[in-house]
Amino acid sequence: MKPTTRQRLFRGVLYLIFVIALVAVVMVADWDAIQTNFLDLDVVTEAFPAIILTAAKNTIVYTLIAFVGGLILGLILALMKLSPVAPYRWVSTIYIETFRGLPAILVIFGFAFAVPIAFSWNPPGGSTGAGLLGLIMVSAAYIAETIRAGIQAVPKGQVEAARSLGMRPSWTLFSVVLPQAFRIITPPLTNELVIIIKDTSLLFVAGMALLDRDLTTFARDLSSQTANSTPLILAALMYLIITLPLTQLVAKLERHNQRGR
Amino acid sequence: MTEPRANTAMSSIPAIQVNQLHKSFGDNEVLTGIDFHVDQGEVVCVIGPSGSGKSTLLRCVNRLEEPTKGTIVVEGVDITDKETDLDRVRTRIGMVFQQFNLFPHLNVLDNLTLAQRRAKKRSKKEAREVAMKNLTKVGLEHKADAFPAQLSGGQQQRVAIARALSMDPDMMLFDEPTSALDPELVGDVLEVMKQLALEGMTMMVVTHEMGFAREVGDRVVFMDGGVVVEQGKPEDVLGNPQHERTISFLSKVL
Ligand SMILES: Nc1ncnc2c1ncn2[C@@H]1O[C@H](COP(=O)(O)OP(=O)(O)OP(=O)(O)O)[C@@H](O)[C@H]1O
Ligand SMILES: [Mg+2]
Repeated sequence: MKPTTRQRLFRGVLYLIFVIALVAVVMVADWDAIQTNFLDLDVVTEAFPAIILTAAKNTIVYTLIAFVGGLILGLILALMKLSPVAPYRWVSTIYIETFRGLPAILVIFGFAFAVPIAFSWNPPGGSTGAGLLGLIMVSAAYIAETIRAGIQAVPKGQVEAARSLGMRPSWTLFSVVLPQAFRIITPPLTNELVIIIKDTSLLFVAGMALLDRDLTTFARDLSSQTANSTPLILAALMYLIITLPLTQLVAKLERHNQRGR
Repeated sequence: MTEPRANTAMSSIPAIQVNQLHKSFGDNEVLTGIDFHVDQGEVVCVIGPSGSGKSTLLRCVNRLEEPTKGTIVVEGVDITDKETDLDRVRTRIGMVFQQFNLFPHLNVLDNLTLAQRRAKKRSKKEAREVAMKNLTKVGLEHKADAFPAQLSGGQQQRVAIARALSMDPDMMLFDEPTSALDPELVGDVLEVMKQLALEGMTMMVVTHEMGFAREVGDRVVFMDGGVVVEQGKPEDVLGNPQHERTISFLSKVL
């Protein structure tokens, strides 16, 4: 047998397995039950428009707050970790190791209940706001490590060139190092963002007012109300509608940035 | 000579004066008591075997490297003094690296204007004018909008020279500016440097280009093992070396 023939045969077998598996799943599945439980049009009508105007909107808002907050805090932590001043490095290391080591849901829960008591302060947004604070803290730990790696990936010669032109350390950082670092870490940062989108579904442990519910919480509530799983399917579609364009956008940005490398 | 530098008032002070400079990296003493100077308007070429400390000496002159002991006086200002505003001194010392070190995220024009605007507080318009003047000087005014990655190595190095010149420095340091270039691109860069020398720029050039040292250099300094072994007119040091280590080095590179 010629190698090309064997290759073609092998590929044919792969397709065959795929088709058999598909047919098996389709035949085994109970399509009537699926239709009534997961694609009930009455439930769909009930879910709209709140699932978009409230739930999806909340998920997006929470994501943006947690991501931007995580970026700012993460940048500060990354700079502390690279600081020549040892205590800054210690604080940053302890922070990062702690918050990366804890389950996000525990931190959110802790913040939602502990912060108002410990500081006799009610964060804006009530318990959801406090929970978000927890999510920011967790994201910052991951983002800090990403940013630190990005900064260290910028060649030393870049800093030397900037300093040799008389640029101060802060100018060098903001005009030369960070722009390049963020280009390098665009892919991992997108990952963090997608993880945050999904982690906003943990905010429910903070205890949410009806209008504060995120996609997952909204869908679970509606699902138990209607004794039907259709809302879960809708929520799943919403998550994909949110994340897919985002990852596409980042891929496009990355191609654009290649120009500058 | 188009425009010799007219600093008669200062010409008695050397541009760079290095006294008993020591530099160690951990236990490794790389410079072991260097005495060295560059006069105003002088072109000094530093040669020597790999690892002899040429780059380290050059980098000490603008304090990219922290000297361990000794003094470095630039135009009468002791830059090893803690009180000296290093960033300010550095705007007067242009530096060109072996690896160009252009800022890859900025286009050529922005590469040239960034430090002017930050460190010299020039207006956008003024910085652009200075940048275009220097790009024209290195023959790359048509590349103002290009990104470094779109340029050849030789073009990148000429942009790097123009970037350093845009700060209007009093002197230029070159660390093997043509060593990373394909042979056919070396000539353009050397030509730009020669032009600079003819205009009277004070230059300290670490180089393996003996032809350039002979033709353009006012003085050649041979370093080995962290000290200056021999120095003098190019034709003397290169043509009639006195020291054994110089002879052995030159026999390998010429
Ligand atoms: N940052 C550093 N840390 C530790 N050692 C260093 C450092 N920079 C240079 N050295 C050492 O100092 C010595 C002199 O290095 P330097 O780069 O000054 O030599 P050079 O004369 O420029 O050589 P070349 O012709 O290869 O560029 C070398 O042994 C090198 O390993
Ligand atoms: Mg060197």
